[in-house]
Amino acid sequence: MAAAERGAARPTGDNRTSRRRRRRREHCLRTSGLEPGAFPGQSLRARAHVGLGRREASSGAGGRPAAVSRGRGVGRRCENRVPRGAACWGPTPRRARQFLCPEASGDYFEDPGRKGKGWRRPRALFRLTLLARPVKAECSVLYFWVSNLEGMGEFKVHRVRFFNYVPPGIRCVAYNNQSNRLAVSRTDGTVEIYNLSANYFQEKFFPGHESRATEALCWAEGQRLFSAGLNGEILEYDLQALNVKYALDAFGGPIWSMTASPSGSQLLVGCEDGSVKLFQITPDNIQFERNFDRQKSRILSLSWHPSATHIAAGSIDYISVFDVKSGSAVRKMIVDRQYMGVSKRKCIVWGVAFLSDGTVISVDSAGKVQFWDSATGTLVKSHLISNADVQSIAVADQEDSFVVGTAEGTIFHFQLVSVTSNSSEKQWVRTKPFQHHTHDVRAVAHSPTALISGGTDTHLVIRPLMEKVEVKNYDAALRKITFPHRCLISCSKKKQLLLFQFAHHLELWRLGSTAATGKNGDTLPLSKNADHLLHLKTKGPENIICSCISPCGSWIAYSTVSRVFLYRLNYEHDNINLKRVSKMPAFLRSALQIMFSEDSKKLFVASNQGSLHIFQLLEGSFKHLHTFQPQSGTVEAMCLLAVSPDGNWLAASGTSAGVHVYNVKHLKLHCTVPAYNFPVTALAIAPITNNLVIAHSDQQPLPNDKTLLYNPLPPTNESDVFRRRTAHAFKISKIYKPLLFMDLLDERTLVAVERPLDDIIAQLPPPIKKKKFGT
Amino acid sequence: MVEEESIRVVHCGGSELNFRRAVFSADSKYIFCVSGDFVKVYSTATEECVHILHGHRNLVTGIQLNPNNPLQLYSCSFDGTIKLWDYLDGILIKTFIVGHKLHALFTLAHAEDSVFVITNKEKPDVFQLVSVKLPKSSSQEIEAKELSFVLDYINQSPKCIAFGNEGEYVAAVRDFYLSVYFFKKKTTSRFTLSSSRNKKHSKNNFTCVACHPKEDCIASGHMDGKIRLWRNFDDDKKYTYTCLHWHHDMVMDLAFSVTGTSLLSGGRECVLVEWRDAAEKNKEFLPRLGSTIEHISVSPAGDLFCTSHSDNKIIVIHRNLDASAVIQGLVKDRSIFTGLMIDPRTKALVLNGKPGHLQFYSLQSDKQLYNLDIIQQEYINDDGLIQIELTKAAFGCYGNWLATVEQRQEKETELELQMKLWMYNKKTQGFVLNTKISMPHDDHITALCFCNAEKSEIPTLVTASKDGYFKVWILTDDSDIYKKAVGWTCDFVGSYHKYQATNCCFSEDGSLLAVSFEEIVTIWDSETWELKCTFCQRAGKIRHLCFGKFTCSKYLLGGTEDGILCCWNLLSCTLEWSTKLNIRVMEPDPYSENFAAVSQSSEGSDLFVFKPSEPRPLYIQKNISREEVQWGVFVPRDVPELFSSEAHQWLNRSQFYFLTKSQSLLTFSTKSPEEKLTPTSKQLLTEESLPTTPFYFILGKHRQQQDEKLNETLENELVQLPLTENIPAVNELLHTPAHVLPSASFLCSMFINSLLLSKETKSAEEIPDDVDMEEEKESDDSDEENDFTEKAQVTSDPGLEEDIIHQLSKSEEKELRKLRKVDYSWIAAL
Repeated sequence: MAAAERGAARPTGDNRTSRRRRRRREHCLRTSGLEPGAFPGQSLRARAHVGLGRREASSGAGGRPAAVSRGRGVGRRCENRVPRGAACWGPTPRRARQFLCPEASGDYFEDPGRKGKGWRRPRALFRLTLLARPVKAECSVLYFWVSNLEGMGEFKVHRVRFFNYVPPGIRCVAYNNQSNRLAVSRTDGTVEIYNLSANYFQEKFFPGHESRATEALCWAEGQRLFSAGLNGEILEYDLQALNVKYALDAFGGPIWSMTASPSGSQLLVGCEDGSVKLFQITPDNIQFERNFDRQKSRILSLSWHPSATHIAAGSIDYISVFDVKSGSAVRKMIVDRQYMGVSKRKCIVWGVAFLSDGTVISVDSAGKVQFWDSATGTLVKSHLISNADVQSIAVADQEDSFVVGTAEGTIFHFQLVSVTSNSSEKQWVRTKPFQHHTHDVRAVAHSPTALISGGTDTHLVIRPLMEKVEVKNYDAALRKITFPHRCLISCSKKKQLLLFQFAHHLELWRLGSTAATGKNGDTLPLSKNADHLLHLKTKGPENIICSCISPCGSWIAYSTVSRVFLYRLNYEHDNINLKRVSKMPAFLRSALQIMFSEDSKKLFVASNQGSLHIFQLLEGSFKHLHTFQPQSGTVEAMCLLAVSPDGNWLAASGTSAGVHVYNVKHLKLHCTVPAYNFPVTALAIAPITNNLVIAHSDQQPLPNDKTLLYNPLPPTNESDVFRRRTAHAFKISKIYKPLLFMDLLDERTLVAVERPLDDIIAQLPPPIKKKKFGT
Repeated sequence: MVEEESIRVVHCGGSELNFRRAVFSADSKYIFCVSGDFVKVYSTATEECVHILHGHRNLVTGIQLNPNNPLQLYSCSFDGTIKLWDYLDGILIKTFIVGHKLHALFTLAHAEDSVFVITNKEKPDVFQLVSVKLPKSSSQEIEAKELSFVLDYINQSPKCIAFGNEGEYVAAVRDFYLSVYFFKKKTTSRFTLSSSRNKKHSKNNFTCVACHPKEDCIASGHMDGKIRLWRNFDDDKKYTYTCLHWHHDMVMDLAFSVTGTSLLSGGRECVLVEWRDAAEKNKEFLPRLGSTIEHISVSPAGDLFCTSHSDNKIIVIHRNLDASAVIQGLVKDRSIFTGLMIDPRTKALVLNGKPGHLQFYSLQSDKQLYNLDIIQQEYINDDGLIQIELTKAAFGCYGNWLATVEQRQEKETELELQMKLWMYNKKTQGFVLNTKISMPHDDHITALCFCNAEKSEIPTLVTASKDGYFKVWILTDDSDIYKKAVGWTCDFVGSYHKYQATNCCFSEDGSLLAVSFEEIVTIWDSETWELKCTFCQRAGKIRHLCFGKFTCSKYLLGGTEDGILCCWNLLSCTLEWSTKLNIRVMEPDPYSENFAAVSQSSEGSDLFVFKPSEPRPLYIQKNISREEVQWGVFVPRDVPELFSSEAHQWLNRSQFYFLTKSQSLLTFSTKSPEEKLTPTSKQLLTEESLPTTPFYFILGKHRQQQDEKLNETLENELVQLPLTENIPAVNELLHTPAHVLPSASFLCSMFINSLLLSKETKSAEEIPDDVDMEEEKESDDSDEENDFTEKAQVTSDPGLEEDIIHQLSKSEEKELRKLRKVDYSWIAAL
């Protein structure tokens, strides 16, 4: 199917949307040059290990890697903002001297370091060796590690904007104070675990399921994660093996709310039928204990008193307070339906919070935040903060501040401040509003130092509280996480194909091409448009975990939770034949990462039991070669793979353990790189030298903010000393929209997949209209 | 004979009422505001000025109630003194001499013997907040030299300082920071907002600050219209604030209510906003307050607010956001185009007032009489909007006609002109629009004048314009089959060699019209509109042109831009005399031959009073004002004074008022300011101390009506009003609860008897019969009122009779009580 056809087949919105779509579909080829930029002061840490066989490289006392020296002047620890995902080596790495940035057209170009001077057109040709996508998608910063300084040349860049990916909206957020981790569930049932200490890295994820709409998420008993949803089931997740441990029906209809007791030993769920059910958490299961007094309508929110003697349950139009011992409702607090003097529809209590002094805070659909005295059942104070629903509330552990999120996209911070400095009397005061969302804020969380919010507009926003932050640095800055920290795109270099992974289907596109040439910065007209070759839909309700296309373009593999699929592609002019390779071995139930070797002869599959399988691909069939079993005692899943270009080495990394390197020829474990205290975000093995490069999520800026970044100078008319002094390994380009993927097709062609945030917002339902002054 | 003193230039009212926040008395009965060198005490109920506290010798800059005695008032001034007043009696109690220029004053309840002032001690633009210890002493004038420094580098305006939580801390704002000084800890916390240098277009400068009366909460207003509520500010790290944003322009002032439950804010939008519970969603508005809110203050009793506005008015507002009283001074916030005029009927000063209005300002009572809406369009208060301006106005035919010119010029070529002619309506006692002429000329109208001759039968108006023409407009019959009407039409268009017409003037008898065309003066016969003769002096464009009066009516005076004053003899058509004088203002006295001319020189302005017949001036006063004098006018006196000395004689029948560039209204006087208090205002003082009974309000209404009648008849003698409250019969009647009152017939008889008493001194025949009859016809049921008015007319001189009333009424009352049983129903039958 061609791109144009596909675009026409989509439901067309108003003119603006369709124009946006057109822009998104546009696939332009642009020549690019090299442009230096300022180094922003953050990057992921990349560790360059000495090539395979020289294993002592990083066995320093503190586990810190020693510097690597390769060729001339490469002896610096190279910093790279590399997330988990594809990292690849360019063909001829000789010197790692320059970071390169391909420059496309001038319209996005802004060089803050050289304002007013204009940018100097680079003359040197750089070859790309390591390439990565940025974690911080919103700032579209790109870091390249360039190996070759000699020669002159330019890049052709495919700027792909037809990856029509919309992340699902965030439904629940649960913060775990012990491990400083954040669990986020999305509307498609995906659950993601973010490690807040590891620079907000999304270290684990559980793929979604069509029938599992998560409505509640909570941590219990230390680090066990539970979720409940509208299918009436309570799920527990296995954080080691990355799968669902078990699902248990609560037999109360759809579950709207769930909360763990302060001790973490009990679980409380609120159901559609108005029942509140108490479950006891056993070491490997949960057990139903009893029902509380049944209410008239669904229980939308639940909160434990910190002493675990009472609970508050928010329903429609009222809040009930239960005595845990007797299970009976002791108070019923009717919430006012009035909205600005007009009786609105039923008032839904979206959230309750029980404080240790007996105060119940409720947020409701009339836009109110109300404080109730649970002992007397009376309303103490009411704050009308929004014209729309207030949908979520989260209280800090110290109970001195809480945060609420509204359907208008605003989150409000409330703080407990003393009335006067010399009296002990304190009052709750609404302080700052934050508007980081355009749509409903469905979930909020309050970590000790930050307010976390997520909603329909798919962003996870982490707003640090400045008064709690000790040092004002990059860590204290606002974070907005939109895209998953894993690769959704794979590329076939030979056939110039891109495989896009969606939740329930895969799309195969052939890149367009151009015959035109142009100057640096020109936009080249396409002689052939990008083609939509294939739309592959999965069967069943499960989401796709991972997918891959072979470098030759003739194999596609993907995996869901229950099965791994392999397809053989045959190209006959414009027609494609797709043939499924049946008879996948029974032990291969699901895969976390799939990878093809460079020659497309081998298939590497990291399964969620922690084992690695190697398959030999033949014409139309395959053969299981070997399985690397996980080391005894560990069940940790491997979720990152890297294959050396010569196909001899395979590196695999789990979420926390070190990186294992396997010899594919001899089918044995070659070595294990010691674990570092930050998770691995990307792996790559350099061609020829077979050096393994590992990127970690901690962001120690290696060339610090004060390091001057130099323009690549013309190599001919300057002395070598001067050149070496002014040349720098880092170049930054800020011309791109949020990038999801970047790869080198050949020595002179880059492909970059952009996903502008505006396009995502345009695909969301319209936000609540707010009157803006002057309009 | 009046004691001869030297003539001084004095301020004569019209001073700013909105310079500082107004202050309420503890019982909310009075409101105090600074007004030039004085402090004025107004009644919040009646809007009357009750007292003027004078004693300061320079601008009063701050007033505060004495926290230890709410019947006393502190005031501070640029003259370096702090004065303590008893405002009820208007007595100066004490004067504390500080010695430095004082810019603002603050008092605190707990700091008993000290007050806080803003001074600039060392450098002229570095202001400090200092506390002044007021020594206890019995003497009248005490030196208060014990100053202790509190805060430095503060804003000069008192709006930027606020004391909070019973004086535990003081908050000061300036530019981009808020500093809070804690008196107990003796520490200062400073909170800085990111300045506009960091952020583009962010105008978050602090403009004002207020402290919550009960809680540790500081509200600050900002240039961008935001209000920030600061809390936890005793901790440099944990401080937090929240924003309230409704204003789109800068927040001019903030005030917390007495209990702190609501916050009031105001600004350029002319809307008073009440934020309840400091919540963004819970706010109330009082819109359409007319002009920018400069200050907001709250009464200590909590029942009233007041807002001071840029158009020199104070609005007293009830707790439920109802404007209850307006104290309007001379509107001065805009430029004066029309100049000063005198309404021939009310003798009020007329000039530009509120946007699009003419204000009628009574110089006698120093208050605004009324506003006449000329432009009759909604005024939109916004920056950069080009408004319609009222540029010219003239009264004609003894106040029967008023001509106004309004213009709006957006671009050089787009001129919108409109001339309106207003007729005085005797019934409604106001001006009614009669004729509207759009684009009377093609260019700016430079002058307009009525023919004010006594014998002229047709009202005539002449307009001169830059387009080179002067037009004569006459009143013609505009009746049709529906109604009888009159209207104005153009009668004659004259020009002279296409020169711009700059001035026009009718001679006293209306027979001649003088029109100046740049440098040339042309004389036209007003009967035939023939050009009679021309005068040309070649000394620059004619700026002023005026005929002489009475014995000097054969002279024509002209002042030119090059500083030559010429006097032409119309009989001989020659230049009588000329002198070099750079005239800014030239005004004729309507009651004499005198002219007043104000000349401008580098040192200041000088006044010359002269007669056209004599080249030697009658009176010269040098340096009457340092500023440029923009407008002047002779105001006829109510009572002619008799100055014997020749130099003062020009002040006998009229007084010369002038307006300087900074819009201070000044005049010449020989008397001390105390003597200037008129008998009416003195009487108001006595009445103010009387109890406010229901009767009092009825009386007040009648008095207003009578005032108007008085003005209308132009009678100079003052009609004193009866003090009916002192009649015991009436007192008893009004103070007895309704359910124990006897029937109406008894009351009627009581009334009539009590009224009969006063007739003993004046013969009953003086009551005009027709009035009596009319009133009975009008309303039979409201006996009380009728009786009262009757009495009001009869007892025209209560000052003399007060004692008699007292004595007789007591004995009479006894009689009345006896007579209650007697049937007086026959009186009702009358």
